[in-house]
Amino acid sequence: MAMEKMSIAKALNESLRKALDTDPKVLIMGEDVGKLGGVFRITDGLQKDFGEDRVIDTPLAESGIVGTAIGLALRGYRPVVEIQFDGFVFPAYDQIVTQLAKMHARALGKIKLPVVVRIPYGGGIGAVEHHSESPEALFAHVAGLKVVSPSNASDAYWMMQQAVQSDDPIIFFEPKRRYWDKGEVETDSIPGPLHKASVARTGTDLTLVAYGPMVKVCLEAAAAAQEEGKSIEVLDLRSMSPIDFDAIQTSVEKTGRLVVVHEAPVFYGSGAEIAARITERCFYHLEAPVLRVGGYHAPYPPARLEDEYLPGLDRVLDAVDRSLAY
Amino acid sequence: MTVESTAARKPRRSSKRTSAVKTTAKTSAKTPESSEPELVQLLTPEGERLEHPDYSIDLTADELRGLYRDMVLTRRFDAEATALQRQGELGLWASLLGQEAAQIGSGRALRDDDYVFPTYREHGVAWCRGVDPTNLLGMFRGVNHGGWDPNSNNFHLYTIVIGSQTLHATGYAMGVAKDGADSAVIAYFGDGASSQGDVAESFTFSAVYNAPVVFFCQNNQWAISEPTEKQTRVPLYQRAQGFGFPGVRVDGNDVLACLAVTRSALERARRGEGPTLVEAFTYRMGAHTTSDDPTKYRADEERASWEAKDPILRLRTYLEKEGAADEAFFTALDEESEALGKRVREAVRAMPDPDPIAIFDNVYADGNPLVDEERAQFAAYQASFADTAEEGK
Repeated sequence: MAMEKMSIAKALNESLRKALDTDPKVLIMGEDVGKLGGVFRITDGLQKDFGEDRVIDTPLAESGIVGTAIGLALRGYRPVVEIQFDGFVFPAYDQIVTQLAKMHARALGKIKLPVVVRIPYGGGIGAVEHHSESPEALFAHVAGLKVVSPSNASDAYWMMQQAVQSDDPIIFFEPKRRYWDKGEVETDSIPGPLHKASVARTGTDLTLVAYGPMVKVCLEAAAAAQEEGKSIEVLDLRSMSPIDFDAIQTSVEKTGRLVVVHEAPVFYGSGAEIAARITERCFYHLEAPVLRVGGYHAPYPPARLEDEYLPGLDRVLDAVDRSLAY
Repeated sequence: MTVESTAARKPRRSSKRTSAVKTTAKTSAKTPESSEPELVQLLTPEGERLEHPDYSIDLTADELRGLYRDMVLTRRFDAEATALQRQGELGLWASLLGQEAAQIGSGRALRDDDYVFPTYREHGVAWCRGVDPTNLLGMFRGVNHGGWDPNSNNFHLYTIVIGSQTLHATGYAMGVAKDGADSAVIAYFGDGASSQGDVAESFTFSAVYNAPVVFFCQNNQWAISEPTEKQTRVPLYQRAQGFGFPGVRVDGNDVLACLAVTRSALERARRGEGPTLVEAFTYRMGAHTTSDDPTKYRADEERASWEAKDPILRLRTYLEKEGAADEAFFTALDEESEALGKRVREAVRAMPDPDPIAIFDNVYADGNPLVDEERAQFAAYQASFADTAEEGK
């Protein structure tokens, strides 16, 4: 048993190192991933140890990064590409949506596209425009892609391993404001399935569903609610496509109430999908309508306003109160 | 550039045969009397054989007949597909009429272990790769989105989003280099695609990583209704220079020149000297696809001027002049063409619609519970009609 306490950033780094070490077909590609180790240092030291042929600094061209990764995957490689920030993925969106997502089906299953697209995402770090967005719904909406996001170091480590081993394209959203949060990582244990939700905290009065950066906020909200005598269950979704609806259903059948929390705008967001499906599945178990807490239908605001825009403890607790008031 | 100026230009001629293929692809020089770039040409529209100092080629009569046969059969296949579209058997067809030499010349330059990334018009290249032509029609009939195994002929699926495949080709070529293999990769695209960012990015990546890829641009003068002037202010092959690799313009209606130039570019890639841009200067005789109407955007005289440069006629003239093919050969080929047309016609009409449940096939390699759930719902819904039919009996 090898238990280690490390940050999410370190867990991702160790996971990528292990992937490079285990499979010679694994490649790391992206802007500044080499000597610099990435702007968040997730690939720190990897080029030094695995060489420029495995850890590849690319031209500043996102479509080119994903498009050439597709070609490398067709040749038998397993590229893990880094998009430097969430808002910069859009030049590559065409390659991801029209090519990467569909090629396996178009070839009647004869070819596989084992490409991981890593995207540091979300706000809370006081960044400038295009550096704080949460575009996960835009990818989850596309058949052929799988979309995941870890919320803690252990998941970061294991979900990256599983993403690299998957024969499907995986959009891997990394909660950048949690990069430096530390947690225990059991580096030897066999992990659960990549797309299975986990119960981060058990409770009986209401279910909070979140993923990535919002799991921590929901756990804090649940702890605060506990002081008021409310028992809140927190479900860490881990995967936004596919979604583990069975796990949400199990929890909601127990608590009767559901609040979905994410940073992305509420409108057409993953919360809408969860609310609709759970209403279908659990109509007679629900004591209140499914509520959603998230970003507004507005461009991501300047950094000085992001605390107002992002769901915090108070907004989550407000939704909890509204649900319990029914 | 105008068609007239191109037609009027005479290529450089050399009486001396070069003994060996030069090892470096060169950018064509401009002729002193014209501002237009020179085309590499080995066979004139009149069927006269030329020599070129950088691109010599020596083919047997058998090989020449083979190229002719490829072009004739490809044209026959294309004509059949166009007819099938008019008869309502295909939803759409993208004709290659006029581009046979560019496709057969470049396609026959390839080795089996090379890899091809086509657009959606490379029917002649597919023919050279041994892809059954009827496989190309599934997409246009609407029964699949490609439908062949790209790895069985090293011929990737047709790509409809303009220019996307040039990046796939570049990445694949990067992989070839990593593997230490000596094969090469070729990416096909058109003059319109040269305006796409992906094509520029593929030039950047292939140059930076010295990828063994040949970019084969078929400049057929028109991107749907937009002439090349709406895509570029410099001759397309000259784009390569700014990215740091050679570009060459070849007479795209001259199958010998297309073969020689592509072969040279592929050899350069194999030697580890990186990418080459080949601009095959040709003409799309038909519509962009069966959905547009070229009479709305281009003059009849333009098409007529290109008819005089027909790639098949000029090789036939040469074959006859050289005595490399007799009447029996042409008669047999006519019969083979008709048989191909019949086979294609029958295959398309017999092509079944896919089973509706196939909507859910191969969405994911590793499976997905949502797809499974929707498949089950769909199957139950379909089955409900069967029950209704039973009751109605």
